[in-house]
Amino acid sequence: MATEATGAASGPGMPQLDFSTFGNQIFWLLITLVVIYFILSRIALPRIGAVLAERQGTITNDIAAAENLRAKAIEAEAAYNKALADARLEANRIIAEAKADIQADLDKAIAKADAQIAAKAAEGEKAIAEIRATALENVTEVAKDTAKEIVAAMGGKADARSVTAAVNARMKG
Amino acid sequence: MATDAATGTGLKFDPMGQFLVKPLFGGDMVNWYTPTNVTLWMVIAILGITAMLVLGTSRRAVIPTRSQSIGELAYGFVYKMVEDVTGKDGLRYFPYIMTLFMFVLFSNFLGLVPMAFTTTSHIAVTGVLALAVFLTVTILGFVKNGPAFLGMFWVTSAPLALRPVLALIEVISYFVRPVSHSIRLAGNMTAGHAVVKVFAAFAGLVALSPLAILGVVAMYGLEILVCFIQAYVFTILTCVYLKDALHPHH
Repeated sequence: MATEATGAASGPGMPQLDFSTFGNQIFWLLITLVVIYFILSRIALPRIGAVLAERQGTITNDIAAAENLRAKAIEAEAAYNKALADARLEANRIIAEAKADIQADLDKAIAKADAQIAAKAAEGEKAIAEIRATALENVTEVAKDTAKEIVAAMGGKADARSVTAAVNARMKG
Repeated sequence: MATDAATGTGLKFDPMGQFLVKPLFGGDMVNWYTPTNVTLWMVIAILGITAMLVLGTSRRAVIPTRSQSIGELAYGFVYKMVEDVTGKDGLRYFPYIMTLFMFVLFSNFLGLVPMAFTTTSHIAVTGVLALAVFLTVTILGFVKNGPAFLGMFWVTSAPLALRPVLALIEVISYFVRPVSHSIRLAGNMTAGHAVVKVFAAFAGLVALSPLAILGVVAMYGLEILVCFIQAYVFTILTCVYLKDALHPHH
């Protein structure tokens, strides 16, 4: 074993410097490089390059689509807000209209009621006036009759005209 | 076995044996066309790269599977490196740089498989890679910029008196590039594997074996890091040299 080691050491030394193998190595190296170059430049690199480009394209497209969708979403939101505002306006308008209608109905009803009340009041006043008038007449009548009776009882002669005049004068006072 | 280890005859230091280039089908002659373990491991590297980048991505899914993610990760990693370092006009050379990166990466990592042969630990292999980069980049620089490419060595931002000196330094450093480029990779691979082997040899000694195994594990972890970093360094330096060729003005 020891002899083998010394034999190897005293032999070619570094195999790297054994020039007899250079031709062989260079020959196979050149073949290898040419083969690798053709495999890479004909098959591998165009394929990988295409895949990468396609991926880049896909990503770009997806980003554009996303941007598009985002714009659409914003648009939809704006439309939604507008519709909401419109609906609110419409609702306010309807409420105001309904209020006005109710107010008009109310006013009409109040006016009608007022008129009815006024009519009733007038009727009442008229009845009261009538009652008062008849009462006054009755009082006058009774006063005249009473005055005539009193005068007759006293033994005087009742003059209808002067009694009436006297009663009237009294009534006025 | 225990007595062997105790007497020390169990120790067998042969850290360099793993780097021997051997014919696959017997015989001693290594001719240029002989299928050797170099051939075997390079073919395995090709199969690995194919599995990762071709089979893994065969579904071409927009939402990737795990294997496809790994392929895309490797693609994106090198693509971004080329783009960042050399700029948009360097992307024409992306397939070449990707070839270099994948080959170096797979060779480095396959070398970590026990009993494997590390093709990138040989200066013949890394030297050819580095020289190919050097020649390509130099020729490309002259083709793209004409004689203006030489302006790279003439530092106009320095004082005039210093410029010839700087030019000399620049020229020397330019020609040292392939040397450092190749030796860095091969040296890192060789050293790491040799150290792991030495630690493994010490495991034959009963007293030292826990320490030796711990050492192997620690070195192995470090080597995993080194394998990736060296592939990365080799590739990014290629990108830097390419940038110099495309835009020689600092």
